[in-house]
Amino acid sequence: MNALVWILGGLLVILAIAWVFRFAAQKATDNKPYFRDMPLSVAFGYVFAAAALLLSIWYFFQPKAVDGVPSAGVIFFRWAVIGLLGFAAAAWVFRTVFRNVGSENSKKLFRSMPLTAAFGVMIIIIYAIVSIFAGLIAPYGQEEILGAANVVAGGDPAIGGNPEYPLGTDQIGRDILSRLIYGAQNTVGIAFVTTCLAFFLGGTLGFLAAVLGGWLDQLLSRMVDALMAIPSLIFSLLLMTIATAWAGSEAWLVTIYMIFIIAVIDSTRVFRLSRAVGQSIVVMDYIEAAKLRGEGMGYLIFREILPNALAPLLAEFGLRFCFVFLTIASLSFLGVGIQPPKADWGTMVRDLSPFINYASFAPNAAVTPLLAAGAIALLTVAVNFVVDWMLHKSSGLKE
Amino acid sequence: MAGLLGIILQRLLLGIATLFAVSIIIFVAVNALPGDFAQSILGQGATPEAVEAIRNQLGLNESPPTRYFKWLLGAVQGDLGIPMSQALFQSFTGSSTGGDVVTVFDQIIPRLKNTMFLAGVSAAISVPLAVTLGILTALYRNTAFDKAMNVSTLSAISSPEFFLAYILILFLAVLNPVFPSLSNIFPGMEFSDRLNKTMLPALTLTLAVTAQMMRMTRAAIINLLASPYIEMARLKGLSPMRVIVKHALPNALAPIITVVALNLAYLVTGVVVVEVVFVYPGIGQLFVDSVKIRDIPVVQACCLIFAAVYILLNLTADVLSIISNPRLRHPK
Repeated sequence: MNALVWILGGLLVILAIAWVFRFAAQKATDNKPYFRDMPLSVAFGYVFAAAALLLSIWYFFQPKAVDGVPSAGVIFFRWAVIGLLGFAAAAWVFRTVFRNVGSENSKKLFRSMPLTAAFGVMIIIIYAIVSIFAGLIAPYGQEEILGAANVVAGGDPAIGGNPEYPLGTDQIGRDILSRLIYGAQNTVGIAFVTTCLAFFLGGTLGFLAAVLGGWLDQLLSRMVDALMAIPSLIFSLLLMTIATAWAGSEAWLVTIYMIFIIAVIDSTRVFRLSRAVGQSIVVMDYIEAAKLRGEGMGYLIFREILPNALAPLLAEFGLRFCFVFLTIASLSFLGVGIQPPKADWGTMVRDLSPFINYASFAPNAAVTPLLAAGAIALLTVAVNFVVDWMLHKSSGLKE
Repeated sequence: MAGLLGIILQRLLLGIATLFAVSIIIFVAVNALPGDFAQSILGQGATPEAVEAIRNQLGLNESPPTRYFKWLLGAVQGDLGIPMSQALFQSFTGSSTGGDVVTVFDQIIPRLKNTMFLAGVSAAISVPLAVTLGILTALYRNTAFDKAMNVSTLSAISSPEFFLAYILILFLAVLNPVFPSLSNIFPGMEFSDRLNKTMLPALTLTLAVTAQMMRMTRAAIINLLASPYIEMARLKGLSPMRVIVKHALPNALAPIITVVALNLAYLVTGVVVVEVVFVYPGIGQLFVDSVKIRDIPVVQACCLIFAAVYILLNLTADVLSIISNPRLRHPK
């Protein structure tokens, strides 16, 4: 209750300062239209933002520990701010470099790119490199059980760290950094394969339905309608129950089944889109011409329709990838997805989550579950930024 | 008005047909389970007599279509069968006619109520928040405020729920103990206590759904800003706030209502992960636990309920958008 009073009081003070600020600005600038017409809400926004900025700067420079007890709030806040600024700076450097290096087309692309999209592209490239070369980058194996368990992240021996394991080890002594790197390979790789499969299935059937029409279109569409009426996470959980029963003790089979299950469920969404896009293309004259030339179905779909449907499908691919990736992470988090001992981010979050309760006295120990969850969030955020930019660009929205 | 009723009736029938199809899918999926149902309950050392007893008890000796219709009829009447854990217990004690059997229905109802409570609290926070923020971002579009909101909502949409949940636990439960991180709800709790314990899961869900609704509200309003009557209102010299709230918002209501209903559907079904993180005793938690121990009757029933709620809310979205937009009532 006390905190609520403080917050309300603070907001009122900011409102008062905003009024004073607007009044002073009107007097100082001789009633310039910008300040004369400024609503109080806008002035409030400016003062609020300034107050938040000042407060963050003050909080950022608070001591990291008071009387030997770490003030965890300050430490987490510093990490968050440094991470945010670091990523923004890295994205800016990345964009600046590619504005000057590369072919004429890529330079042009990067010149029109907002910082968020540059950040997205950068993260996607980094993830791709890490997941492809995981075996070379990771210091230890993903299933390797090392000497020390529960080593704290940070590599500082004074608080239970070990420089050999920069991000510490988990409850049974596996190196967390290596598992994070291998997790990129497993989680991202599996999500990518699943999305490709979903697009192959949904895209082919969708275009086929669009080209052939008639009873096949009706049959497929009604099937898809029924499948889409079940929420996808619930449906995949139901099917995973059956899949684990089928797989028995073979853990890798569960993963294979999971790929197929999620691909089929997600292909329904792809089917909808590719059918709609395909239908608008099928009525074009050049399709008619190709049909009259006597081209086969394969030629029609892959050489005439697909190139013209590529732009919306590509944006959809990004979004689908995010969905698939999050579904797999959620399934693994719930314990029915990618099976241990394979490193996987969703499973890691679940296994390491008890550490979060140590946050107030050992911030370094609490950060590990967040790292795995953050790794998932970072990639989906990056993909979404890029897709958002692509959609914005292709829709030509200006306002 | 008769036309409107006809459309609603038509959608309702379509919804029932969909639910019927969904029940077939669920039944077929569950029947694809390998091996003998009864055998898998009892394990390998079961005597043939015990297996036979279980088969009779569960009605497994009948043909699949018969079983399907029996299950469906039962489900319609609220009889969803007996959880497998209970069946196991009975066969060992030999008291299959005994009195106190906890049916799937008994197990699900209190949890469904809890889930509805959680969804209700999150909806009560997120819907007003999303619409307000949507109007504000449309009003101050392309300013620093709008861009900051765009980046943060996009990040919130794309983060997995458990990430949001753990961030909230970290800041609101561990570092600053404002709300408890475990939601041990039990019947007969006081409302304020219950609300306090539901707060963190509700806030997580709010973060997850607000962004989507806010972006849709903003897009729906901005879409309208180019129309001539908005131009007219602006030229009359109305303030931007008035133009948006009085002139643009009523016409943007249809897409906003649709996206709100769709997000409520998401709330009811997307609770699974959040409930597991906070150990909230809702239907999502029950579902995941049953999936893990392969308690088929419960899994089947939860699935059916989730699908029913999902279809119902989608239907509501459909009907509401037809009601709020007369143009949809008279298709060309």
